[in-house]
Amino acid sequence: MSTRLSRRRFIKSVIASGVAASATSGWYSAAQANRPAGTTERLISLNINGRTRRVDVLPQETLASTLRYKLGMTGTKIGCNRGECGACTVLIDDVTHYSCSMLTHSVRGRSVTTVEGLQAADGTLHPIQQAFIDELAPQCGYCTPGQIMAAVALLKDNPKPTRDEVRVGLSGNLCRCGAYDHYLSAVLRASGQST
Amino acid sequence: MTSYDVMPATELYQPVNIEDATALAARLGRKGWLLGGGQDTYGWLKDRAKRPDAFIDLTGIDVLKGIRSLPDGGVEIGSMTTITEVAQNPLINEKFTLLSAAAKTVASPQIRNMGTLGGNLCQDTRCWYYRRGLNCYRAGGNICYADSPEGMNREHALFGASRCVAVTPSDTAPALVALEATMLITSASGSRQVAAEDFFVGPATDILNMTALQADEILVSVRIPRKWADATFYHEKVADRNVWDFALVSLCAAFKEDAGQITDARLVAGGVDCVPHRLREVEQAIIGQPRNETTGEAVKVRATSAATTLNYNQFKVPLMQNLVLRALRG
Ligand SMILES: Cc1cc2nc3c(=O)[nH]c(=O)nc-3n(C[C@H](O)[C@H](O)[C@H](O)COP(=O)(O)OP(=O)(O)OC[C@H]3O[C@@H](n4cnc5c(N)ncnc54)[C@H](O)[C@@H]3O)c2cc1C
Ligand code: SF4
Ligand code: FES
Ligand code: FES
Repeated sequence: MSTRLSRRRFIKSVIASGVAASATSGWYSAAQANRPAGTTERLISLNINGRTRRVDVLPQETLASTLRYKLGMTGTKIGCNRGECGACTVLIDDVTHYSCSMLTHSVRGRSVTTVEGLQAADGTLHPIQQAFIDELAPQCGYCTPGQIMAAVALLKDNPKPTRDEVRVGLSGNLCRCGAYDHYLSAVLRASGQST
Repeated sequence: MTSYDVMPATELYQPVNIEDATALAARLGRKGWLLGGGQDTYGWLKDRAKRPDAFIDLTGIDVLKGIRSLPDGGVEIGSMTTITEVAQNPLINEKFTLLSAAAKTVASPQIRNMGTLGGNLCQDTRCWYYRRGLNCYRAGGNICYADSPEGMNREHALFGASRCVAVTPSDTAPALVALEATMLITSASGSRQVAAEDFFVGPATDILNMTALQADEILVSVRIPRKWADATFYHEKVADRNVWDFALVSLCAAFKEDAGQITDARLVAGGVDCVPHRLREVEQAIIGQPRNETTGEAVKVRATSAATTLNYNQFKVPLMQNLVLRALRG
């Protein structure tokens, strides 16, 4: 591997080849063979960040797995994988959901927004992303995509929230670093209010 | 015990009408798993503690969704209505704030966005021994790990134990018992109605199930009668954290008053019994009394006169008494 190949790149390519390999692996095809006829179609179209993505989805697959391991969209994090942390938060039709705790098949026909979908076409960050940077809000950053998605949903509903309303809006997102106060300030800044 | 990120191969049916759903439920029986928002489902499969063959996703069935007013002045809530909708609905916030207040305390915003009222009512107990897949009484075995000398039972029951000492996890269930709701249930072989109070069952009745639902039955909706629409309500949930954590003790109370005296009351506690626990002794003792601190002090011990404590849950006794006091203080 070239030393200039970033770690992120490397992970991405491993993931991509992992998908190719698993398509013929025993686990994958066994799951297919066990399927009685007439149930869920596996090759489905998803609307993710305004684009249509065709993807082969197992019946029991969660949206977080599809995003990360089938589509390589690793902006969505998996923390607990049990609905207890919020790192995997995405928007489904503008409403926050834990992508680790929902079936990909349940979002057919709905619009999925992940953190990758927030920036403008020219790469300008979403005002909330920019405010998070300006407030030096994240510490390790692992919970940040989830916090940002919760903030995006909150400000869509309530463009000028109070600090307490932000607290409630972000209450389904844990931060192990305890950067909560910085996140609250960043959301207030993004809403055009001084902190 | 190993825990996995992915669920094992499971079929998925996504019916769009209720007849197809009941036919599937009848065919699959206990091998099928009804799916609302899935918030009390995926953990079981990821942990390999329960292994259904197939999911029957009910969220695509429109008739199971929504909230409407009934001719008698009550409301009907479809079982696939999300908890967020229940918490925010104007009809419920106008007449039955006891339910919306309870719904607002469920889990976290995201779980309320996905979780359904039906799923919240039908969810299984949170006893961690059982959740982790141990073969205890509730799982069909012949031991209770929680009620043993070394058992960690801080969250477990004060009332109604019978071999199993697990408690109801649902925040909305006590509110619906207090409001005297009725559950509408359907299956391929017909429909029936069950009073909320009889819908939830304790281990002495059925140690394997928390509700009166048979394997092929689907909860269609919940009807709240007008009866308590003008009552004054009190709701409080005590948990370790305000988000995610289940109630250690919760209290849902409804009072009707006339000329400064309580004329009718329902007090129902969560987190202390396998079912929503009605405080009948308290309800009776406060009829004809004013709703105030003195009444609260006089009757609060009646809330726990039948309590049987375990090694680590004695704290629930004064907690319950204090919630009764606060409810009466108003
Ligand atoms: C981290 C975490 C914290 C939580 N905290 C709380 C809390 O504080 N308070 C609280 O009350 N709950 C809490 N919950 C539980 C959560 O609120 C419920 O699991 C959720 O409301 C269930 O709704 P659902 O639609 O997602 O259920 P599902 O998982 O879809 O279903 C739950 C059960 O009900 C059955 N079921 C669903 N719908 C029907 C129907 N129409 N007819 C018959 N059976 C049906 C399913 O087969 C399944 O067995 C928590 C859950 C998690 C993961
Ligand atoms: S309390 Fe009930 S669910 Fe928990 S270990 Fe005992 S029998 Fe099992
Ligand atoms: S990873 Fe989904 S809530 Fe923690
Ligand atoms: S910044 Fe580290 S977990 Fe939130």
